[in-house]
Amino acid sequence: MYRYDEFDQTFVQERVAEFRDQVARRLSGELTEDQFKPLRLMNGVYLQLHAYMLRIAIPYGTLSSRQLRLLASIARDHDKGYGHFTTRQNLQFNWIALREVPDILDKLASVEMHAIQTSGNCIRNVTADHFAGAAADEVADPRPYAEILRQWSSLHPEFTFLPRKFKLAVTGAAHDRAAIQTHDIGLQVKRDETGALGFAVFVGGGQGRTPMVAKQIRDFLPEEDLLAYCEAVLRVYNLEGRRDNKYKARIKILVHETGEQAFAQAVEAEFAALKGKTLTLPADEVDRIGAYFASPAFASLPGRSDVLDRAVANDPDFARFASRNLHPHKATGYGIVTVSLKPVGTPPGDATAAQMDAVADIAAHYSFDEIRVSHEQNLVLPHVRLDDVPAVFAALRNAGLATPNAGLVTDIISCPGLDYCALATARSIPIAERLTERFADLDRQHDIGDLKIKISGCINACGHHHVGHIGILGLERRGEEFYQITLGGSGDEICTIGEIVGRGFSSGEIVDAVETVIDTYLGLRTSPQENFLAAYRRVGEAPFREALYAAAG
Amino acid sequence: MALYRNGTFVTDAWSFPPDNAPLPAAGAVALTKARFLAERDALRDRTAPVGVVLVAGDTLDGLVDDLPNLALVAIRFPKYSDGRPYSLARLLRDRHGFAGEVRATGDVLRDQVALMLRAGFDALEVTHPGTIAALRQNNIVAVRHHYQPASAEASETRPGPRPWRRVSAALS
Ligand code: HEM
Ligand code: SF4
Repeated sequence: MYRYDEFDQTFVQERVAEFRDQVARRLSGELTEDQFKPLRLMNGVYLQLHAYMLRIAIPYGTLSSRQLRLLASIARDHDKGYGHFTTRQNLQFNWIALREVPDILDKLASVEMHAIQTSGNCIRNVTADHFAGAAADEVADPRPYAEILRQWSSLHPEFTFLPRKFKLAVTGAAHDRAAIQTHDIGLQVKRDETGALGFAVFVGGGQGRTPMVAKQIRDFLPEEDLLAYCEAVLRVYNLEGRRDNKYKARIKILVHETGEQAFAQAVEAEFAALKGKTLTLPADEVDRIGAYFASPAFASLPGRSDVLDRAVANDPDFARFASRNLHPHKATGYGIVTVSLKPVGTPPGDATAAQMDAVADIAAHYSFDEIRVSHEQNLVLPHVRLDDVPAVFAALRNAGLATPNAGLVTDIISCPGLDYCALATARSIPIAERLTERFADLDRQHDIGDLKIKISGCINACGHHHVGHIGILGLERRGEEFYQITLGGSGDEICTIGEIVGRGFSSGEIVDAVETVIDTYLGLRTSPQENFLAAYRRVGEAPFREALYAAAG
Repeated sequence: MALYRNGTFVTDAWSFPPDNAPLPAAGAVALTKARFLAERDALRDRTAPVGVVLVAGDTLDGLVDDLPNLALVAIRFPKYSDGRPYSLARLLRDRHGFAGEVRATGDVLRDQVALMLRAGFDALEVTHPGTIAALRQNNIVAVRHHYQPASAEASETRPGPRPWRRVSAALS
C-alpha cells in the first residue's frame, strides 16, 4: 500500500488547516452559504436534506485495517454509528455537524486519509479495479498509476474550477471491473508489441442525463507520458468545455459536439507541446511508487485446499458462499473474498461501525491487512489463503457480513435517493430493500445467476442504472413516484447503455415488474450458463416488453 | 480596488480605456483583444507600454506574435468558479515564455490566491474587502506543498525524491 512520507503528511495537514480556516469564516458569518458552497464541496462536504454529509476519499478503493478502524470510530463518534460505501469507492457519513468536520479531517490525516476533491468541479478521487494486485487476469497493477494520478491531480492549480466534475478510472486487466468507459478519462494498462507498459485512453464516458460510452482516442500511450497526456486532455476541456449550461458541461458533451476525431487532434496538439518536459514520468520514479504496491509475501501453496474442499462438501451455506464470493487469485493457494454489504432489507453499501471493525480484524488476520472497496458497494478481502476461507466465512457470518450474493440479483447498487438526497425525484433504497426481500430465497438467487440491478433516484444516475443489466430510474409525476426500467446495460469492457423498455411503473408495481423480467429470462435462456445479459443480447427487448406490457394491453 | 503585485500592494500605472474612448497621449494602456488587434499597427509607434485585457473565453489566437511587445496581459475572472483564466495564464508563461505582467482581474478572492500565483499570475487586482485585508495582514492560509509542477517554477523549490513535487514560499 502507498504510505505517506513527510511531504504527503504536510500536504494533508496544510489542507486541513486551510479548510479549518474556511469553516471558521463560514461559522462566523464572514462567508455566506453561497460563497462557502464551492469551498466545502472541494473538500467533500455536501448539504443534504437533513444534515451535512462528508464524503471521504478512499483512493482506488484500498484501505488498511488501521484506516478502516478509524472510519469506524468516526462513524461512532460523529455519525449515527454507520457509514455508506459508494459506487466511487468512497465512504460517506450522512449525519455530520459542520463544526466537527475539521477535527474529523485531522483524525483522517492521522491515518493518511483525506476528503480532498471528493466533490466539486475538479478531478475526483481516482478509482481502480477493486481486485488490483490480486486478480489472476491482470497485465499490471493499476494502483501505482492511480496513485501517481491522485498526486498530480491533488489541488492542481489549473484544474480546480473545471466546467464540471471530472472522474478518472484505471484498470490493469482486459476484463474491466472498474467501468472505465463510463468515466471522463478511462485508462486501461496494457503492453505494446515490445512488451513496454502503457495505456489505452478512453475519453468522454459518463452517465447522468446524457449517458455516453467513452471514445478510445489513443490505442497506446507510453507509460512516461501519462501525466502530460492527461494534462493535455484537461487543458483542452478546461478551455473548451461548455460553461453555459451545467447539463452540457461534462467532457462527454465536448467530445460529442467537437467530434471524436477533432477532439483527439486538439488533445494531440496540446500533448505535443507538453511531451518530454516537466511532466514526463521517469521509469525509476514509477518503480519507486510501484514498490509500495508490491505483492505481499505469499507463501508457496498447493493450488487445491483440502480444508476448503471439505468445507464445501460438508456445509451447504459455505458452499454457496464459496461459489459466489470467492474469486481466482494470481497466487496459487490464495483467493479473493467479496464481503457483501447487501444483506436482505438494508440499504446497499451501509456498514455499521462494528462491522467495519470486524472486517478490519479479519483483514489483519487473514488478508495481509488489506481491504478494498468495490464500485459495486461491497468490500473485498484481496489476499486470503484458500485454507482460511472457511474461517473467514465464519468470522464474517458473526458480523452479519457473509451474504453469499456477490454478483447476484440481490447484490444491488442503489444511490441514496429521496431518503437523503436533495436532488432526488424518487426513493431508491426502499426499492432495493423490497427487491432483496422478494428474491431473498438463496436457491432462487443462485438459479438466476449473474445479474446486476442498479437503481438511481433521479436522472443524475449516481446508482449507474444506465449500465445495469436491469436498470431502475426513479422519477416523479404529479407528486407520484414512478420507476422506469432499462435493460441490457453493462459497464464492463463491452460497455453498453441500457434501453428503455416502455412506460414506467408505480412504486407498488416495480418489484413485480422486475420479477416479470427475471421470469421471462428464466423461461428463454438456453441453459443456466447463459446469464441474463447474454440472453438479452441474443433475444433483444421484445420478449421482455411483451411480458411487461401485454397484460396491461 | 487595490493592486497586489509580487507580495505587496502597489499603485497601478496602467489605464484601461474603454473600446470607444480615445487613447491617452502618454502612459501605459491596456486594451481589449479586439481593439488591440484592430489598432495594432498604430500602437507600434507608442513608446509607453501596451497591454491586452482578456476575458475568460478569449483565446491567444492572433496574439502570439505580439506577446514580446506586450508588457501586460490582464485576464478577467467573470466569477471565481470559471477556471479558464488559469489555463490562459499557464499557456502565456509556459508555452509562449511571456515575461510581462499577468494580472488577474474580476472575481479575485482569498481562497484562490495561491492557485493563481502557481498558474503564473504575478499581479492581482482585488476589490473584495476581505481579500484585501487578508493580503495586507498576510493572513491567507493556503497549502504550500504541491504535487505538480506548474508555472511558478522560479519561485518554488523541488524537494526530493519525486520530480513533480514543489514547495512554495509562504505568501508575503
Ligand atoms: C446525496 C448526495 C448526492 C448528490 C447531490 C449527487 C449529485 C450528482 C449529480 C448532480 C450528478 C450528475 C452529474 C453530471 O451528470 O454531470 C451525479 C452523478 C454521479 N454521482 Fe452523485 N450525488 C450524490 C450522491 C452520490 C452517491 C452516494 C454516489 C455513489 C454511490 C454518487 C455517485 C455518482 C456517480 C457514479 C455519478 C455518475 C455519473 C457520472 O459521473 O457520469 N453520487 N451525482
Ligand atoms: S441519482 Fe439523483 S437521487 Fe440518486 S444520489 Fe444522485 S442526485 Fe441523488
